[in-house]
Amino acid sequence: MMAPTWIAGGGVICGIGQHVQACVQAFQRMQPGMAPLQFLRSAHTAFPVVEVKAANDHLAQLSGLPLSTARTAMLSLIAAREAWTSSGLDEVRDYRTAFVSANTVGGMDKTEDFFPAFLQDQGKGRLHGVSQHECGTITEVVADALGISHHITTISTACSSGANALMYGARLIHNNLADVVIAGGADALTRFTLNGFNTLMILDTAPSRPFDDSRRGLNLGEGAGYVVLVSDAVAKDRKGLWATLSGFANANDAYHQTASSPDGTGNYLAMQGALHMAGLQPADIRYINLHGTGTQNNDLSEGLAIARLFGNTPPPASSTKSFTGHTLGASGGIEAVFAALSVRDGLLYPNAQFTTQMKELPFSPITTFSAGNDLRHVMSNSFGFGGNCSCLVFSKGGS
Amino acid sequence: MEQLIADLKAQIIEQLNLQEVKPEDIGDDAPLFKEGLGLDSIDALELIVLLQQYYGIRIANPDDGPRIFTSVRTIAEFITEQKAK
Amino acid sequence: MGTGLHKEVAYINATSAIGAQGIFRNGQPLAVPGSADVTVLLRAGYEQLGSPYPKFHKMDTLSKLGWLAAEILLTGTPLLERYAAGSVGLALANQSSSLDTDLRYFDTVKDIASPALFVYTLSNIVIGEICIRHGFKGENIFFVQPRFDTTGMADYVQELFAEQAVDACICGWVEVMHTHFEAALFLVEKEAGSSALPLNAHNLEKLYQSITNGNGATDSRS
Repeated sequence: MMAPTWIAGGGVICGIGQHVQACVQAFQRMQPGMAPLQFLRSAHTAFPVVEVKAANDHLAQLSGLPLSTARTAMLSLIAAREAWTSSGLDEVRDYRTAFVSANTVGGMDKTEDFFPAFLQDQGKGRLHGVSQHECGTITEVVADALGISHHITTISTACSSGANALMYGARLIHNNLADVVIAGGADALTRFTLNGFNTLMILDTAPSRPFDDSRRGLNLGEGAGYVVLVSDAVAKDRKGLWATLSGFANANDAYHQTASSPDGTGNYLAMQGALHMAGLQPADIRYINLHGTGTQNNDLSEGLAIARLFGNTPPPASSTKSFTGHTLGASGGIEAVFAALSVRDGLLYPNAQFTTQMKELPFSPITTFSAGNDLRHVMSNSFGFGGNCSCLVFSKGGS
Repeated sequence: MEQLIADLKAQIIEQLNLQEVKPEDIGDDAPLFKEGLGLDSIDALELIVLLQQYYGIRIANPDDGPRIFTSVRTIAEFITEQKAK
Repeated sequence: MGTGLHKEVAYINATSAIGAQGIFRNGQPLAVPGSADVTVLLRAGYEQLGSPYPKFHKMDTLSKLGWLAAEILLTGTPLLERYAAGSVGLALANQSSSLDTDLRYFDTVKDIASPALFVYTLSNIVIGEICIRHGFKGENIFFVQPRFDTTGMADYVQELFAEQAVDACICGWVEVMHTHFEAALFLVEKEAGSSALPLNAHNLEKLYQSITNGNGATDSRS
């Protein structure tokens, strides 16, 4: 049995709130963040999106980064800084601190601004704009601003990236290569992703309805979410720790580039693997934060995999994407924060826009918010294109 | 109709990058998905692009795909029907 | 990942490399003429395999490159005869993520955006293609880094073996951007093959340097 890795804090910025407490309030008040496009310029105005309700100049102010910075980096820094502050740790340099961050679009927003002029005339367009395109650059910009140089890693495995960042971070600690790791992900909404998901015909023109029989697709969101992972040694004698990361696993569905296998093989393997590492039985899990995108395919595969593992009466489950939209590379990080908070404060998050149980499944998501529940073990699912399936389990410390 | 079917076969091969398939390998009534050519959900989306690009026909609901894209003949019939409108 | 923390728990049993100099298995060139044109080289490599895989033609350049490198690496090595599907993992890295395809997709947007191209605008799709081809269901990860961090990769893969998360793992570097391309894959297994080198940062770096210069053989124990 390896020494536990602890969650000492977390930070989130997304379309329902610019810090964790604001997000919890949105869940409590049943206020999902879907709205017409407001900040991004795009021809695709038919689709509701869940934007962070702030223009770039406001985010630049909040983050302290120059206005020319990619939106993904600004979101990333704001959430990472909240995570650090909430952990109560002193200075970054007091520890061997690592930054492990996931994203899928990088500085695509800047590239989009650059390209129209460039395509007209290859002498035009500000090359500085593309210099932040690479996903890795975003991580470095934010690590610099946080003062982290000990270890910096960028992970890019589609929509499970954020969860995989936590797995990687836990392993850094387990191997005594870091004492503290800020781990999670960030992604800004861009025309590129909006356009691309539109070509896949999986965007809903109404607010998404995850795990509902009438679901018609997902809404894109944006944001960032990070936890602060600390070693058992750093955790010793500290108060206010949120939870432990007691189990994690990743598996490949080996079925299709974008579609989940009909029975959710990869989903099942990931959940089973995470339970195994945590030394738990399915009945020990008290809440599941679903991947729950709201597409026909995901929710059916995920639901069948859950039914296979948990039987006909799985624990309370919900998709917080019904509030935040699908934030892609950020979602695994954001939902890890929600799941860890769920353990700490006994929170059960509602699934918004739900009316009708899926006919293929023996269960429905929960639809009301509650706090103060005794949630010893909570699971968070994150699945991505490329067949990449991840599952994290958070537990009360000392269990 | 025969000409349209022949055109469609060439266009499908081009659009879907079926580089080792020849037009004569595709039967007019052979299923395009699963068995037959073994096309998948992304190919179905590319067929929707094909109809828009070559025939100016827009399919807004992907659920209509399986019915329209059963075989080359059903696609040809759909195009003919749409053009008549 | 513990530099020096792990005992040697796994072995590099085979390598493959694809670059402008040609295609190599365990440092030996395949009978495919080198070409600086990645499309030409990958097509020639595909034909040389002699077994059709029609999906190859639908892949973007990054996936074709990684897929072909994996085919070459695994020639005559049916891993699933020896290992459970869930215990074969992949850990890849590159510099440009999927940027090469992102820009191609961006170019189609002004006409009619291509769903088939959008699918490939994620770096880890190449891992998915390899898993689909071979039925591997183990753990995957994709790192984006300025150059192949052989120390970080060796540490990470050692950790996967130490945790018994995998019994076999394909790791390496798969990079495409404009005219530049380079793939270097390593088959790591818990049992040593006939020309195995223990997996560690030193050996991974040495092999990477030699196979991407087109002159290295796996058996270089000096």
